Amino acid sequence: MCGIAGLIHRGKSSKVGFELQGMLQALKHRGEDSTGYALYGDTEGKNFIMRIKVGENVGEGSSSVAEDVSVYDERKKIVESYLAEMGAKIVKEERTLPYSLRYEVEYDKKDLLEFSQKIESIPGVEILSMGKSLEVIKDLGNAKMVCDRYNLDKVVGTHAIGHARMATESGVDIKSAHPFWGYPFSDVSVVHNGQLTNYWNNRRALENKGMRFMSECDSELIAVYIAQRMREGATLEEGMKESLSGLDGVFTYFVATKDSLGMAKDTMAAKPLVLYESDDLVAMGSEEIAIRSILPQEIDTYDPFDGEVKVWQI
Amino acid sequence: MANLKNTEKKTKAQAMGMHTEVLTGRTQQKFFNPDEAENFYYFGTYDVDFNKRTDLDVKDMTAAEANKKIDGLMSEGYGTIVIKNPQGKHSLGVGILNKLNLIFEGSLGYFGMGSCDGPTVRINGRVGWSCAENLMAGKVVIEKNAGSCFGAAIRGGDLICKGSVGARTGIDMKGGTIIIGGDAGAFTGFMMQRGRIIILGDVGINLGDSMYDGTIFVGGEIGSYGSDAVDAELTKSDQDWLKRKLKVAEIGENFDVSKMKKIVAGKKLWNYDNLEPTEKKGAI
Repeated sequence: MCGIAGLIHRGKSSKVGFELQGMLQALKHRGEDSTGYALYGDTEGKNFIMRIKVGENVGEGSSSVAEDVSVYDERKKIVESYLAEMGAKIVKEERTLPYSLRYEVEYDKKDLLEFSQKIESIPGVEILSMGKSLEVIKDLGNAKMVCDRYNLDKVVGTHAIGHARMATESGVDIKSAHPFWGYPFSDVSVVHNGQLTNYWNNRRALENKGMRFMSECDSELIAVYIAQRMREGATLEEGMKESLSGLDGVFTYFVATKDSLGMAKDTMAAKPLVLYESDDLVAMGSEEIAIRSILPQEIDTYDPFDGEVKVWQI
Repeated sequence: MANLKNTEKKTKAQAMGMHTEVLTGRTQQKFFNPDEAENFYYFGTYDVDFNKRTDLDVKDMTAAEANKKIDGLMSEGYGTIVIKNPQGKHSLGVGILNKLNLIFEGSLGYFGMGSCDGPTVRINGRVGWSCAENLMAGKVVIEKNAGSCFGAAIRGGDLICKGSVGARTGIDMKGGTIIIGGDAGAFTGFMMQRGRIIILGDVGINLGDSMYDGTIFVGGEIGSYGSDAVDAELTKSDQDWLKRKLKVAEIGENFDVSKMKKIVAGKKLWNYDNLEPTEKKGAI
């Protein structure tokens, strides 16, 4: 089933980590195999923030194979040596969990493709996100558990999207969890509710164009599809509109960039979405109770129609 | 018991496009006979007084607790219940098989007012997916918008949304009337079998797809017709009924019904029993 939620504050910042946690926790009955956050925090916008994992969560319910924790340290060392090799200077480093790392790096090249390929050439290492304001945090468990584990409730920013996952198409692990980074674009992330039926055809075509897939989760295709369209010169909104015919299946998905948030709904309107729009806030989720967690007062909401694409700016 | 094979004695409703099928074979239909009313009894129904009114704040209740509380209030004779702070909760007001005046001061989540028979409900907010699913009788009025599958499989009663509704409105409906003041999404009237849908605004793609019977009236633009949905002539009797219905529904009273489009089933798909496999293909 899965649940998705997103919000964007226009013209101001707020505690988006706390707000999104409330929204996703309200949707936990739609799936709590894993929960993911894509938070667009207030930063100076100077350095890149890179969230990576050097291993999987092998706790209860995980479908991953347990590894000796010592390999995490070895992978971390290689990551840091590669960063130095590519001229990326580590300004700050955090290790919330043995397998989860956050680096703030000075890196002056704009094209992140080569950079990402180099880092991900290390077996077991995946970049969860790379951007100047985006941070993707995803792990097993419900929204509250992941929020507490990574101290997300204090994150202040302008917008955020998140996902509560019931694993159906692929394993219960971090690599299959949403949100997906729009590799190799800085600050692009995607969450999706639904199933894509032309996944393999699209995946093969995109791989032939040099795009990378880290999981076998069909939702990852949306991130890669949009990223490829943007790489070819399309705007975010154009890429999303093209996806309505390019992607087959049932879906509602959100895409976020550094300064915008968008939603798209398939032409059969098979997946739910409730939307609240005001001058200073847009909030949306698979169910109205997600929005009610941050706006308990009476509000006007609506369901976007089939084949609808909307994009909002901060 | 009505004799549906006797097509010469068509009722006014039949002339308007309802109940035009000649039922044969395994298909059966029974109508309520007033002479047998004393034999009809719903377990768990109560005598309520509409002048006995109370408020119920469900802010800190689960849907099950709230529904049990409503049942409890009906058993005490309350005929008018005002629900405060529904806050988008799912499955509120389901399974009410009673005369009751129920008012929600706020919005409902999914499956609100499902499987009801008899209550008059006003929702001063929005409703989520599958509102009033399986409604048997009564009236449900939504002041704002509604989600998808609005009035799925209803068998009777009036379901009114003053705003816009999502996709698959009236899917599989078997009777009753759905009235939409705004626009409706894709697949409206999908596989409907009887009943009527009125949409004053625009409607999305695949209108009336695979409908078996029933009638859809559209005031605005139609995205596209679904398989086996065809135009029909809007008769004087249709217009009279539309005017009356919109007036009673307190919606679109000044709407020019003479310009509405009437859509019915082409009936090339529905009677599979009488078609050979090759003919079925041709119909599709």
